[in-house]
This record gives sequence, structure tokens and C-alpha cells, in this order.
Amino acid sequence: MTASLPDANSLIDALAAAIAPGFDPDTRIVGIHTGGVWVAERLHALLRSPHPIGQLDISFYRDDFSRIGLHPQVKPSNLPFDLEGHAILLVDDVLYTGRTIRAAMNELFDYGRPSSIRLAVLVDRGGHELPIRPDFAGASLHVPAHQNIHLSRLDDGHLTLSIA
Amino acid sequence: MNLQLSADGRLRHLLTLDGLPRAILTQILDNAESFMDVGEREVKKVPLLRGKSIFNLFFEPSTRTRTTFEIAAKRLSADVVNLNIATSSQTKGEAILDTVDNLAAMNADMFVVRHSQSGAAHFIARHVAPHISVVNAGDGRHAHPTQGLLDMFTIRRYKGAFHNLTVAIVGDVLHSRVARSQIHALTTLGVPEVRVIGPKTLLPVGVEQMGVKVFHSMEQGLAGCDVVIMLRLQNERMKGALLPSSQEYFKFFGLTPEKLALAKPDAIVMHPGPMNRGVEIDSEVADGPQSVILPQVTYGIAVRMAVMAMLAGGAAA
Repeated sequence: MTASLPDANSLIDALAAAIAPGFDPDTRIVGIHTGGVWVAERLHALLRSPHPIGQLDISFYRDDFSRIGLHPQVKPSNLPFDLEGHAILLVDDVLYTGRTIRAAMNELFDYGRPSSIRLAVLVDRGGHELPIRPDFAGASLHVPAHQNIHLSRLDDGHLTLSIA
Repeated sequence: MNLQLSADGRLRHLLTLDGLPRAILTQILDNAESFMDVGEREVKKVPLLRGKSIFNLFFEPSTRTRTTFEIAAKRLSADVVNLNIATSSQTKGEAILDTVDNLAAMNADMFVVRHSQSGAAHFIARHVAPHISVVNAGDGRHAHPTQGLLDMFTIRRYKGAFHNLTVAIVGDVLHSRVARSQIHALTTLGVPEVRVIGPKTLLPVGVEQMGVKVFHSMEQGLAGCDVVIMLRLQNERMKGALLPSSQEYFKFFGLTPEKLALAKPDAIVMHPGPMNRGVEIDSEVADGPQSVILPQVTYGIAVRMAVMAMLAGGAAA
């Protein structure tokens, strides 16, 4: 199955190319742990953003907390800027149900009121359960519900997509 | 069966640090690290415990511990009810369980319990329905696990690790639930040398069996320490003839700048509060550059958030 998946690094290049034309340099780029941060780091470099990158761990905002509990490895969220009144480019690796994005938006609003939020994902795999759609997607794939699509990072920093 | 852990190893109640595996302690400290930043946000709240009801049952007065539990619960968006229940000497176990049953009938999700009798939190934890969690906020001389955890969090923040430290706990270990929780946590987390320092009358018989080295002089005990934890000396101890006077105690076991100089130059000084200045600690040390006593209070909120979040989540699984 892996053979049919696109190369993550080319997808990021394509994603950056799609975002670049209308990209306001004032935009703050925020990645969602863990894969979203990797993609955000690449976009941050490719788009030559002058601002520091933000990181969100949405564990404290998940809607399934009372069912499955706290994620064992919660990382601190880190937004090293004031997002009040600024445009946000929210970045994740895979868009599936949309619940992660909803949680991320809830968390962002606890830091302040951004002027806008746009969503960039490496892969939109379908199966949305909420009215959340990406503004930019590296690829749109149809992955059956019983399979998971996963972004991993090798020691040399190389990103790869896999399906299981 | 361990009352504190579920069959799949999740934290169900927090009653004591004795017997809790290192992985759980580390997970609490790691989660607390993540909660640290919530206190610095524009909106100092996360929605994790929205709709949960937490009852602070304080059968023994405490301002700071109760306040930090209350703030922690509120930052998790829980609803908090504080009950200060004056206990008279004839209060029996039956009355406690009546109180607990009544609050459970109001759909309580968690009880935070402080009581002057050892074992009170265990007693309640054994009694409550499976979906209710109990946090021990101090029971008699037995345990004060969230204080022990916040102390570990403080040590890790300032020292980075546990495996290379010498830690001294100074003072009234005999009557201290805080000291017991600290000793369990320090040994579980792999601190190679834990010392207790105090007069013979204030150290429990057989304390060596907890894996600590015993010293009766500050000069020997503080030498080379990375962390110095001072315990509060209860004034009642003087009346009980365990000590001649507070001046005498300060002379031998009070932490002064001169005595602190025997520890490593970068040693940190901790105290669970409230302090008796001029009895167990000199003001110059308490307010000095090596003191981390106020950061301990701040960290206590994040640690209690971590504990409550771990207890409340996944209850239905």
C-alpha cells in the first residue's frame, strides 16, 4: 500500500507553492503536535515567515477525554507571540474527522482572538464528521475508515507517509 | 489489589506515593509540565473537566492546600465546592461516610480529602462508587502525595534529573506526612542518597528501613547536598516535651546562611509551608537566592491539575 502514497516532501513543496501567492507575511504559522509541527516547520522555511513558529498540543481540548482519558505524552503548547488580531495558518499532517482541528481552534481562542484562521493539511483523507474543510491540501486521498494514514520522521529529518 | 490503580494501570485514586510505580510518577510530572503554561495564558483555563463536580472535603483546616486544589480544579473547568467540616473528637467513621454518601447523591465526581486521621482518604476511597475518584490532601501523619509530587516537580525543574542528587529532609520527620511522601517519591525516582536530619526525638524509629541515611547534626547531614527540604516544626511538639524550646531547636537545626553554606553552592532550599521563621528556617535563607519556596506553590497548581486530569479522564473506559 505504501507504494501508492505520494512522497511527503513533494507534497509539502506543492502545499507551499499553493499557499505562497496570497501569503501575508504577518501570518503566524501554528503546527499541531506531532506531525503538524513537522509540516509547519517546513512551510515556515519555504514561506520565509519572519515570525516564530507556534506549536499546539490539543490533548487538553479533545472531545473524547472523558472516554479515553489524557494522552500519555502531552507536550506543552507553545505560542511565542500574541495572536490577537493576527492571521493564523493552522497546519496539520492529516485531516480526518475534523475533531482535532475543532479542538485546536478552541485552544487558539483561549490565547486571544486571531483575525482569521486558515487550515493547511498535508493530506485530506476524507471521512469528515464536522463542517471543517482545508483551505490548502497537499493531496486528497480516500482512505477506508479501518485504515490509518501516518506521517513519520526519520533520523535525517526525512518525512514519509505510511498506511496501516 | 492496589486501590490506586485500575486493572489496566491507570490512576484511579491518589492516596499515597508508597508503591506507585516510577512510570506513573513521571507521567504526572510530565503532564504537570504541560499544565504549567495554562497559568500564563490570556484565558487560564482548559475545558478538560467541564461539567465535573469536585468536592474539597477539609476535615482539618488548611488555606493554601485547599486554595491550590481549588484553583487547579477551576483551571480545568470543573465545578468546585469547598466544605470545611469541623471535626469534634467524637466524630466517627460513620459520620464521614454519611457526608460522603450525601455528596455522592449530588453527583460528585471527585473528592479531595484532608483529615487529621491517617487512612481517612483510603477509607473513603474504599467506600465510594467506582466512577468517583479520591485525592488525599493530607491524612494524619501518613501521606500528603500531591505535596510530595510538587516537591519532585520542583526538584526536577531546578536540577533536571534525580539520578545524581543528594537530598536532605530536615526536621520533624516523625510527625510529617510530607516527609513520608517525599521519601517514597525520591527513592522511587532513583535519588541515590536521601538523608533525614533531626534530633532523635523527632525521627521515627527504624526510618533507615525507608532507604534513608540518618544524621543528627546539620554539619554532617548538609555536607554536599543538592537539595535541602525543611519541614515545619509544629509548636505542639514543644508542649509534648519532645523539644526543650524553639530557640534551642533553631540553634541546632534551624537553617541559617552559615549552615546552608555546607551544602553545595547551587543547592536549592524547599519548604512545604507555612514556615516558622526563626524556628526551622532563618528569614535570610527563606527569602534568599537559593530558596525555591514560592515557586513550589506555583508548581503545586500544575501538579494538582495533572493529578485531577489523570483521575477524571477515561473513567468510563
